[in-house]
Amino acid sequence: MSKNNKLNTGSTIQRRNAISGYLFLAPWLIGFALFVAYPLIHSIVLSLNEVLLGPDGIEYTWQGFFYFDHAWNNARDNFRGALTSQVSMICYMTPVILVFSLLIALLLNGKFKMRAFFRGAFFMPVIIMSGPTISKLLTQYTVNFSDGAPLLYDFLASLPAALSTPVQYVLDNLVLIFWFCGVQILIFLAGLQQVGSDLYEAASIDGAGAWEKFWKITLPHLSPLILISAVYTVIDVANYSRGAVVTMIDKHIFNQQYIYSYASAMSWIYFLAEALVLVAVLLIFKFFGRKATRE
Amino acid sequence: MKKYDRNKMRQLFLGSKERRGILPTIALYVILIGLAFVFLYPLLYMIVNAFFSPDDLTNPSVTWIPTKLYFGNFVQAYYTLDFFRSFGMSVFLSVVPSLLQLISCSLVGFGLARFEFPLKKLWLVLVVATFMVPTLVLRIPRYLMYYYYGMLDTVLPTILPAAFGQGLRSTIFILIFFAFFSSYPQSFDEAASLDGANRFTIYRKVALPAASGAIVLCLLFSFVWYWNETSDLSLFAPNIFTLPQQLRMFSTKFSDLYGSEGAMAGGESVRTLNSSIELAGTMLSILPTVILYLVLQKQFVESVERSGITGE
Repeated sequence: MSKNNKLNTGSTIQRRNAISGYLFLAPWLIGFALFVAYPLIHSIVLSLNEVLLGPDGIEYTWQGFFYFDHAWNNARDNFRGALTSQVSMICYMTPVILVFSLLIALLLNGKFKMRAFFRGAFFMPVIIMSGPTISKLLTQYTVNFSDGAPLLYDFLASLPAALSTPVQYVLDNLVLIFWFCGVQILIFLAGLQQVGSDLYEAASIDGAGAWEKFWKITLPHLSPLILISAVYTVIDVANYSRGAVVTMIDKHIFNQQYIYSYASAMSWIYFLAEALVLVAVLLIFKFFGRKATRE
Repeated sequence: MKKYDRNKMRQLFLGSKERRGILPTIALYVILIGLAFVFLYPLLYMIVNAFFSPDDLTNPSVTWIPTKLYFGNFVQAYYTLDFFRSFGMSVFLSVVPSLLQLISCSLVGFGLARFEFPLKKLWLVLVVATFMVPTLVLRIPRYLMYYYYGMLDTVLPTILPAAFGQGLRSTIFILIFFAFFSSYPQSFDEAASLDGANRFTIYRKVALPAASGAIVLCLLFSFVWYWNETSDLSLFAPNIFTLPQQLRMFSTKFSDLYGSEGAMAGGESVRTLNSSIELAGTMLSILPTVILYLVLQKQFVESVERSGITGE
């Protein structure tokens, strides 16, 4: 090997690069194997087998898709109901969070007095948002619109359910939705600051109004960040510790009858549902991205 | 003359190209104040109600302003939370994982950004993919793993994943470090290695100092996210009490401490009594992070702007 050193300098450098690269990557590779890959496989095993905790370790008995079937079809636990409610929560909240964050970022993107104060106020919830804080602050003592604006609710009730359910949901959980916006607002603000003012000036000279500037300049510039925020939001809301599925799975981990297995099967169904939502998000962005470039 | 005046008034109220007029400014402030009020309403409610004495709570004429500043709730909440011990535990379980997360994520980001090696694309894809795996799926097998190695009810389940780049949302930090380390020219590394620096020295002496923005972001956000983490902690270490964990168990802890009094009073007054004390407890438990945020607000906000997420 050392004889060919002169001829092979290129490949030696490559090899040394590869070794260094893997050395730097090593912590993550170990972590990935221990804390992600192995648990994922183990989780599949758990969901397909009956688990017996014996004195010599864990014993498995093959059960096939029994737990999946049980989770899906067992009416008592109503997992399907919880899944529907949590997935619709993700679907209602994500677009609202994105639109709110974008609006607030647009409002904050300028020079005016107390800008730093408002920016700080809107980011505040991120600092304190934990499961217990939310349950103490947002469930018992939140703003109740049904007392303040009964007319609004009468109007909503007259609409078809497909429309009124999401609106009602958003109104009922307005503060919670706001509290999920902090990081996204900052991402959009950072993005808005990157759009060059010369573009807006050129557009003004061509006679474009604020509305047109937003759709033709601001939005296309932000679209990669909107996608990032959308993915972040879906995952953030999906992991929300007080969601219907999350609490149900937590409750069933030590289920007397089907310890570990039942909850594992549920978590895999939930994983698939979340993956479907993410795929839908990507498809929506692809669709709009193509439409925008065609125009 | 008249027309000129009208124009001037128009400009003053509706604004011109150079400056915003009075009306849009008022509208902006009204909207912002309204939104900020809705954002912070639960916190205002908390602050006000935490100072309500039992008399104020039962008095229907007192809704927003307490008749006197009453600190009794805080005293009881302080003991219920076992404040100093929980605070110490919270600090420990936030600072240590944050530092480990900083080290592991920056190492991995550096490796991915500065070297070419086989399967690199695959690892990058997997780094992103791990973010999409719900923590829920991993929770049970991780629990069994910690159980098997006798790590339940220790701090290790929080610390170990952070040390190996699998901590809370570590994907975000790895990608941010990756972006930072990809953005400075290769010639820096070459110059340093001509001076005899090895690759680790380059990482430590050249790359890290250039990534101060990413470091600040990683430390601050890890700290806050670890501070507020309860769902994994309550499964892996139910007897380790951080402040949010104490808050989660607040009513149990409260009746353990003040059980006899609670049983004696009974009825309506106990429940209302608890709501103010609970809010005082909530306030005490979030106070440390809020103070940290008030001090470092600028760093929090600007670290995102300088994170390279906008891809310049």
